[in-house]
Amino acid sequence: MVEITSPAFKANAREALADAPLQRALGHVRSGFIAKRAVAAEALPEFDRLRDNARDIKDHALAHLDLYLEAYADKVEAAGGHVHWAETAEDARRIILDICRSKNARTVTKGKSMITEEIGLNAFLEEHSVAPVETDLGEYIIQLRGEHPSHIIAPAVHVNKDQVEADFRRVHTHLDPDRNLDEPTTLLGEARAVLREKYFQADIGITGANFLVAETGTSVIVTNEGNGDLTQSLPKTHVVVASIEKIVPTLEDVSQILRVLARSATGQDMSVYTTFSTGPRREADPDGPEDYHVVLLDNGRSSMLGTEFQDMLRCIRCGACMNHCPVYHAVGGHAYGWVYPGPMGAVLTPSLIGVDQSGHLPNASTFCGRCESVCPMRIPLPKMMRHWREREFSRNLNPAAARYGLGLWAFFAKRPALYQALTRVAIGTLGLMGRARGRFRAMPLAGGWTRYRDLPAPEGGTFQAQWAKRHGNSRRGTR
Amino acid sequence: MTANAQHDAQQSPNGRSEAGKAPRVGLFVTCLVDLFRPSVGFAAVKLMEDAGCRVDVPAAQTCCGQPAFNSGDRKDARAIAEGVIRSFEDYDYVVAPSGSCAGMLKKHYAELFDDDDEARARAEAFSAKVFELVSFLADVLGITEVNAQHEGTVTYHDSCSGLRELGIRQQPRRLLRSVEGLELKEMKDSDVCCGFGGTFCVKYPDISNKIVEEKTRTIREAGASLLLAGDLGCLMNMAGKLKREGSAIEVRHVAEVLAGMTDQPAIGEKRRG
Repeated sequence: MVEITSPAFKANAREALADAPLQRALGHVRSGFIAKRAVAAEALPEFDRLRDNARDIKDHALAHLDLYLEAYADKVEAAGGHVHWAETAEDARRIILDICRSKNARTVTKGKSMITEEIGLNAFLEEHSVAPVETDLGEYIIQLRGEHPSHIIAPAVHVNKDQVEADFRRVHTHLDPDRNLDEPTTLLGEARAVLREKYFQADIGITGANFLVAETGTSVIVTNEGNGDLTQSLPKTHVVVASIEKIVPTLEDVSQILRVLARSATGQDMSVYTTFSTGPRREADPDGPEDYHVVLLDNGRSSMLGTEFQDMLRCIRCGACMNHCPVYHAVGGHAYGWVYPGPMGAVLTPSLIGVDQSGHLPNASTFCGRCESVCPMRIPLPKMMRHWREREFSRNLNPAAARYGLGLWAFFAKRPALYQALTRVAIGTLGLMGRARGRFRAMPLAGGWTRYRDLPAPEGGTFQAQWAKRHGNSRRGTR
Repeated sequence: MTANAQHDAQQSPNGRSEAGKAPRVGLFVTCLVDLFRPSVGFAAVKLMEDAGCRVDVPAAQTCCGQPAFNSGDRKDARAIAEGVIRSFEDYDYVVAPSGSCAGMLKKHYAELFDDDDEARARAEAFSAKVFELVSFLADVLGITEVNAQHEGTVTYHDSCSGLRELGIRQQPRRLLRSVEGLELKEMKDSDVCCGFGGTFCVKYPDISNKIVEEKTRTIREAGASLLLAGDLGCLMNMAGKLKREGSAIEVRHVAEVLAGMTDQPAIGEKRRG
């Protein structure tokens, strides 16, 4: 499993904030993705209606998930493929290893897949003497660096070009040490040449899936580099690893959701490659795998059905929420401490690893709502983060000092007369103290505020006190 | 102040306001305005009275309940909401000089009563009457200009709840353009969060600081001498940061400028003279 550092979110965040190269890299997220999505959405007058439509398709699929999963599995098997049901990450790893062993596989190539990150597949395969090779350029870089993705569609967004050059020189020792790697295109060319060999060596190709289509038993991937196609069509065996909520009823549904996916993610009308796979190679097919397996992972998702977190299962992993998140922009993806960062991670991670491990994530949000406003599937992310806070509150998981402070505040907030008597005195005093400068540089119990900013002083006298003085007894609602 | 007759023709949500009669407005002051900047409350009263409203301030109000609601404490949030609804449900309109508090009253109260159909219906009827101040002036009363003067350049920050929960974007800008002498200079990314986020700013001060640093950078780049917004929480956060950075840019609630009530020192500034 991927190591969980979510409990150390605050320390992770501090480290990230002090990391100058990371901060420079995050600047690109802030500028690039947002502008491109805005242009793409603007260019399509029906974009918001497409979002409604996409939401409705997934809602329907989730409401009948059992039915569609069974229909999908039947179609896969009718096409000559094999379906494996994995309840847990461990089940999925074991199933995949068994397939590798049955093929005597030494090398597997991989298309980009967050699910294989979720189940920690690479480390597991390595432990069992199977070498996984990531073929998406970003994932390849991350693999060379021994890291995990910091973004769900741009895994190496935190890495800069010079770091990639150093990694390539360190690992590609068979190449001329004096070669020029100054340009991104030369780096890309080198990765392509190295990876091309791997495709031919691979015994098995493993991909994820953006969609599973119930009516045809088809798995769909979208990529920009074509690496996914080579991964799944060159080796003799293709293994698809996908979580159960990827299911949609029909091919028409796929084409509907595709219209919002790339636009929301990268601002492209469509990704460069959209590839449909149905079973192993048929007799008339010019190419394709001899053997086709699908591993369907639950890993906690079915327990989200019927709860306040079901809407999260609509997510199509476009990354728009994190691209637009001020907290993600500040700290990057690794600070979140597990596989899924940003707003979608703040909702999904507690569902998958437990809120006691990841309680910071749904709390580290300003509730600015920008994520929900760009989500192509209209997932109410802030609302669901709040639901996690409710679960934490009801289980007494939040810090005692915060609970005590909140309880004290609520006691007075529910008693207006008492509240106003108290605030009249407190604000009067504070107003006098702050009168000279108009603000405080430090304030007991407000260190979180005054560490970084001044605290504006009250003008003096609460509004309620001043209004009462002017309007006397004629007021309504006085207690 | 120029108001068209829209509110005369428009039935209030509970049907109480008859044609031609001044709408009765309950001002939800908000806790931050009550405690830190009463002049915003008085500016709100002036703006609405100038537009022909009768404005009351029920004494039985404290806070909208957001700190409890957003901390996962639904029970206290619901108790506070019950009190607010009781105090305000007889008015034609309930108006708050804050997008965040108005958003809470308008968009979130009903869900606190999910298990009680009658209470939920009552909350929904209440919520239908709630408006943020500038949206109330522009969208409900149909006001297109104000009778105010302000010599100088201003820039406007779109607070998140007002913008994304209540759709407030053009309304304050339109009214600001009618202020004599005022020049609006837009900042980049005016719709990006300032990092306040209620308790977020003290729970995660390092991250909040990073976000507000970005915000004050774009504020300074706008080259205006006055920063305006519609939410005191955001304003105190941005003012506090600008002052800590030694900036001379002043910060005020948009209502103060629209009402022509800028005699008070700006937020975080000392009294003159």
